[in-house]
Amino acid sequence: MNAPFKNGTKVSRRAVNAGLGALLVSFALDPQNVLAQGQQAPRLPGSLGTNRKLDAWIRINADGTATVSTGKVELGQGILTALRQIAAEELDLPLGRITMISGDTERTPDEGQTAGSQSIENSGTALRMAGAEVRGMLIELAVQRLGARADQVNVADGVVTGPDGRKVGYGELVAGLDLHRDATAQVAPKAPAAHKIVGKPIQRFDIPAKVTGGAAYVQDLRLPGMLHGRIVRPPVYGAKLESVETAAVKAMHGVVAVVRDGSFLGVVAEREEQAIKAREALIKSATWTPGPELPERDKIFEVIKSLPSKDATIGVKQAPVPPSARTLEAVYTKPYMAHASIGPSCAVAEFKDNKMTVWTHTQGVFPLRGELSKALKMPAPAIRCIHVEGSGCYGHNGADDVALDAALLARGAAGRPVRLQWMRDDEFKWEPYGPAMVMRAKASLDGDKIADWEYELWSNSHSTRPASTNGANVLAAWYLAEPQRMGPPTSPPQPAGGGDRNSIPLYDFPSQRVIHHFVQDMPIRVSALRTLGAYANIFALESFMDELAAEVKADPVAFRLAHLKDPRGRAVIEKVAAMSNWKAGQTAGSLKGRGIGFSKYKNLACYVAVVADVEVDRASGNVRVPRVWAAVDSGLVINPNGLVNQMEGGIIQSISWTLKEEVQFDKNGILTHDWQGYPILTMPEVPKVEVELINRPTERPLGSGEGSQGPAVAAVANALAHATGKRFRDLPLVPDRVKAALG
Amino acid sequence: MAVSLKVNGQTRRVPAEPDTPLLYVLRNDLELNGAKFGCGLSQCGACTVLVDGVATRSCVTPVGQVTRANITTIEGLAVNGKLHALQQAFIDEQAAQCGYCINGMIMTAKELLDRTPKPTEADVRSALAGNLCRCGTHNRIVRAVLRAAQVGRT
Repeated sequence: MNAPFKNGTKVSRRAVNAGLGALLVSFALDPQNVLAQGQQAPRLPGSLGTNRKLDAWIRINADGTATVSTGKVELGQGILTALRQIAAEELDLPLGRITMISGDTERTPDEGQTAGSQSIENSGTALRMAGAEVRGMLIELAVQRLGARADQVNVADGVVTGPDGRKVGYGELVAGLDLHRDATAQVAPKAPAAHKIVGKPIQRFDIPAKVTGGAAYVQDLRLPGMLHGRIVRPPVYGAKLESVETAAVKAMHGVVAVVRDGSFLGVVAEREEQAIKAREALIKSATWTPGPELPERDKIFEVIKSLPSKDATIGVKQAPVPPSARTLEAVYTKPYMAHASIGPSCAVAEFKDNKMTVWTHTQGVFPLRGELSKALKMPAPAIRCIHVEGSGCYGHNGADDVALDAALLARGAAGRPVRLQWMRDDEFKWEPYGPAMVMRAKASLDGDKIADWEYELWSNSHSTRPASTNGANVLAAWYLAEPQRMGPPTSPPQPAGGGDRNSIPLYDFPSQRVIHHFVQDMPIRVSALRTLGAYANIFALESFMDELAAEVKADPVAFRLAHLKDPRGRAVIEKVAAMSNWKAGQTAGSLKGRGIGFSKYKNLACYVAVVADVEVDRASGNVRVPRVWAAVDSGLVINPNGLVNQMEGGIIQSISWTLKEEVQFDKNGILTHDWQGYPILTMPEVPKVEVELINRPTERPLGSGEGSQGPAVAAVANALAHATGKRFRDLPLVPDRVKAALG
Repeated sequence: MAVSLKVNGQTRRVPAEPDTPLLYVLRNDLELNGAKFGCGLSQCGACTVLVDGVATRSCVTPVGQVTRANITTIEGLAVNGKLHALQQAFIDEQAAQCGYCINGMIMTAKELLDRTPKPTEADVRSALAGNLCRCGTHNRIVRAVLRAAQVGRT
């Protein structure tokens, strides 16, 4: 069905009738009855598919404002501003008259995790469709009230104006508005050309509080009677608490309770510094059985390759390979990397009247509630999880774990709320890291073209999040007196993939196969870090493309374009080449080089091409990235400033991963415990970054938060090879490694 | 035990031991959200406040050592409801993602601008070298500080 309510201001009678017809059909056929008769409810787009009621998303209030709900949560990516723009656009309401509610198990739709760059695609689509439908219903009510025809009314800022100038506001129409019904998704949203709010660089609503000391984070929550908690983790994975002297700690000034359940140990005190002192005392007094040894760091890739794996062959294309073809092969590695949030994970929990309420910066309040229900042995309805923003997480960090920790402490706090923030070493040593990976690429060249491509990767799971398996996926659950086990880890299926994300080339090779060795045994705790496997796979794939280009003495940009038909992919590569004044065959300067990297994230989302310059200091081996360019196609752009911010941030974070980051460990445990042991890119080391967007208003918006990291690592690695004449296949590109290779 | 301290121009008495890190007094006793716990080790800068005008890591500063000092937190930068030029510039440049580091960035930049009203970009980067940002908002932060310097001191 075509758009019944085109934006602009005039509404055609035919359109309204068409829309109304759809609404009436929907109303007449109660979906429960339809389902009871064994028929399928119609498939609805985005997250409307799993949350079908209009009032799950949008409520119009008597004062003319709207309350908009989303199951997606703010992680610092600006999503609540972008979603508010979408809702305001479709509802024809000013942004200031929309209140957003997000991530609350008692108030918002269940949209699973806020992850995978899917919030605009899923929640945004739901709000766009629901908003258009609600606006249509409001117009229909207004038309009746005004005694006008639909094609005679104007709609602006939540007010419908009839031909005689009489006005009726949305708030006055609330009495006749029934939104507790299934969405039909039959009312088309506005045409992009009519957008007034979508596509504009609206300032984020969360930033003022963040620059003035306003209450912006779960860390800032202060409830009446609130206590402060700290926890004591085992020295190593799997260690058991043998003994701990709690009496002396309980007697410490301000200590309210020492909570022990098996090998879970924590303390609750009146004041935060008292809880920290009590934690130190508990650490001194606790004795632990040793846990299992970890692999040696220098053997880790062999270990991963030798563990049993579930193997899947994907992306197969078959064509005869000429016998004369030359074959190249290379192996790449990526270490364990930390999310390394600036603020350690935090939660506030209150256990009162058999009800547990947890304020949390989880990425998914509903999955977390499921885990808490299992770990606390409480029915899910007795648990409420409310999202409050925390420090940026970049994937599955300690957010969910600390929520269970806080809940366990709250049970020992006699009804008083407990605020628990992890210490820095809790976060670094216990967060689930981004997995170490091994990638092997092999290709055959026929003349100057790739005739055959073979790629293998070995990786642990990239998602051990809450609800990702049948078991308990929150840390403390494994250490309780009645421990619960993590379920067997899973890997998200293609086409999005997990460890194999972006392992299938977007290039048009006549013959190819990709083997994903999914290794289930985890010597080190791992889960989702921004991009999952895409960062490592794009590093390997795009590095190997440059190695092949060098083999046939082709320019890297020309070589990519010669193998790529996708017009939007070609467009970002050509654009970034133009932005950076890329010249075919440009020779490297003295230890200065330039490289390119490209991907379409997940082979489903945004297109990003990045060019990076590097400079290498031969004496120290230090690699500096002074300048980066990126061209981005995310389809319809909702908020250009927000999108550019995500791209800049992704590129800088990726360069930090690439140049510096690796979790340190030996057989006795994790060694990384503070910023000194886990340096990240600092202000003087950050490159200038120029981002240009190719806005495609008639294309659907594409997820973008994770689109730039893969192209960025590839661009830097290729630039380093260009600068030095040496290929670096092991990350990170730290000075010692570079210096050793340069000799 | 109780200690007195002067924060944002007001003298306050708090029931804390003198060895308590200033950060917890600011956050929990005085209910000032700005300074953040990041590491407790003076490594990341999220907890930065001004002590007699000097950017100071409140997570490792015992409150008993600053009882005679003038302490300024980010809450004390606005004057009569008007944001400080730095705060306004951070909004204008949309210089935040998660924003957890921003308190430290602004407070460290405040000290820089007080000392060097017209810094170069290199000055700004160097002054903020000890303040960690994980989201990759660095260049916006630098632009915001330079913008605030242009607008002039307040």
